[in-house]
Amino acid sequence: MTTAQANTAEALGLQQRSSSPRARLLTLPAVVLLLLWSVLPLIVTLWFSFRRYNLMNPGHTGFDGLGNYRYLFSDPGLGMAVWNTVLLLGSVLVITIGVGTLIALLLDQEFYGRGFARVLMLAPFFVMPTVSALLWKNMMMHPDNGFLAFLMRSVGLKPIDWFAVAPLTSIIIIVSWEWLPFAVLTLLTAIQSLDAERKEAARMDGAGPIAMFRYIIWPHLGRAVAATTMIETIFILGIFAEIYVTSSGGPGFASTNLSFLIYRYVLMEYDIGGAAVAGLLAIVLANVLAFFLLRSFARNLDT
Amino acid sequence: MATVDLQQLRKTYNSVEIIKGIDLTVRDQELTVFVGPSGCGKSTLLRMIAGLEEITSGELLIDGQRVNEVPAAKRGLALVFQSYALYPHMTVAENMSFSLKLAGVSKAEREAKVMEAARILHLEPLLDRKPKELSGGQRQRVAIGRAIVRHPRLFLFDEPLSNLDAALRVRMRQELTKLHRELKATMIYVTHDQVEAMTMADRIVVLQAGVVEQVGTPMELYQHPKNLFVAGFIGSPRMNFLTAIVVSVSDARVALELTDGTVIHASLPASAVSVGHTITLGIRPEHIRLSATGSIGAQVQLVERLGSESYVYVQANSGEVLTVRVSGEVNVAPEEKVRLAPDSDFLHLFDAIGQRIS
Repeated sequence: MTTAQANTAEALGLQQRSSSPRARLLTLPAVVLLLLWSVLPLIVTLWFSFRRYNLMNPGHTGFDGLGNYRYLFSDPGLGMAVWNTVLLLGSVLVITIGVGTLIALLLDQEFYGRGFARVLMLAPFFVMPTVSALLWKNMMMHPDNGFLAFLMRSVGLKPIDWFAVAPLTSIIIIVSWEWLPFAVLTLLTAIQSLDAERKEAARMDGAGPIAMFRYIIWPHLGRAVAATTMIETIFILGIFAEIYVTSSGGPGFASTNLSFLIYRYVLMEYDIGGAAVAGLLAIVLANVLAFFLLRSFARNLDT
Repeated sequence: MATVDLQQLRKTYNSVEIIKGIDLTVRDQELTVFVGPSGCGKSTLLRMIAGLEEITSGELLIDGQRVNEVPAAKRGLALVFQSYALYPHMTVAENMSFSLKLAGVSKAEREAKVMEAARILHLEPLLDRKPKELSGGQRQRVAIGRAIVRHPRLFLFDEPLSNLDAALRVRMRQELTKLHRELKATMIYVTHDQVEAMTMADRIVVLQAGVVEQVGTPMELYQHPKNLFVAGFIGSPRMNFLTAIVVSVSDARVALELTDGTVIHASLPASAVSVGHTITLGIRPEHIRLSATGSIGAQVQLVERLGSESYVYVQANSGEVLTVRVSGEVNVAPEEKVRLAPDSDFLHLFDAIGQRIS
């Protein structure tokens, strides 16, 4: 494909034209802006990662070699933070896409008040992360006043202190609640874009509801699932507010993810060098995840 | 393989009646074409037979059994859609065997049936391709293959050729007719194109506004249209219509006066009309000659040359625009004054409410 394109481009003389000095000059502003925007911060981060730089000790600077790296990789919090990041992302993806597909299928059916139900379904998306986390913390999951505690008491169970017993699970629930509307929205749109005749053809071929979903609807959702996964991944890797206002990453490191770990380094320990290393690690992790996600969906994106 | 009986079939959407009580028998092994202008209810009727639309009232019988409430998949029919409706993520073979797979047919048998259908439709080299790698005509064939593998009692086609270009449409038309002969299957074919209807059908059902206008073989419809609608709809270019008044009636001949005073004679049993009636006179373009002694005066407006023949559009002195089919060698030019001689053996007469007088 690419060689074919190159050949065509060559045949048309496009290649020559696009590499002429004047054409390069014209792209210069964009390239410079891009460098300032994304590459410069990366270089600065790299620079800091090799420096001794602690705000509590501003006089004590200088080149530290791999000191920051050694320090970070010996930190027991790091492994947990990486694991928590991956676990948080994976769980939220599975929940939002799984439950989101079911809800989208439901909202695609004809029923009285469907428009209203759709609006209600999308509402959580418009609540700010800080607010929704606080809502969950104080109104849903609070061990004394929370709605969940009330439900459990009313059936004779002992309420759970969510953020003490299952901090990461609690955060997964909150983030899933926030991102479910997005998944429903994209998946519902995809379901509605499915050709009605194709569904009818499957009906004529003898497909019941389950076969219809498995062979016709789910394959059709491939692109939407891929897009939802990519977009959610970008945002969920950097989840911070929900952790900050609920569990503050605790108890211990039980609900600390990478971005919260970076925050801990910078604003709890004032260690810019250490934070820079953790930041670089976050970039690496994001790229590795993106690579695997993209590759597993590349097949779907083809159809 | 199957006969289909429609008895007073009706369909209502939100209190609007779309299908207004249709009685029809589709005979075994025949290719029946439902034809009509868009919105006449032909596709709805097909979808009711297929089981994709509920039947509001009336009886639908296949091989004498009432199937009103039988789900689509259990009626033993196959439907070929206008958009082909192939499954894009499946290969050609998978597309064709999908219904068999759902029915739990063994893999070996599935393959055998797919190969058989592929052979009939010349699809063997394409079995491993995905639909997007196929041309329009090939996709069409896969859609038909998907129907064939199921060995249905009845094939239904919903405007299957309307997405193809003109040349391919002609070829597929012939292939479908051949396929119908080979499979000896009962087929119902829906189209808005009267050429498709004329060329393919054993019998044509002309529908308009949810009502059957006429049922018959292509030539019956062409030669003896029951009313003005069928007369105008069947035949291309369409039949010419002239308003006339009956001025005299003798034994088997009537004299008709056009609005400009021209008198034309037509053979007709005298009992059918009486003097003073206003009627519509229908003449097909091939039944008018350009002749110096012709009775109707006219002026040429436009000439369409197709090579072997030409269509001459003329304005008669009575004001009506008529189409005349002439041989390609005839030389006429716009603005030219001509005289037209209608062939009195091929005149169609319709009464004031558009029914044929015979």
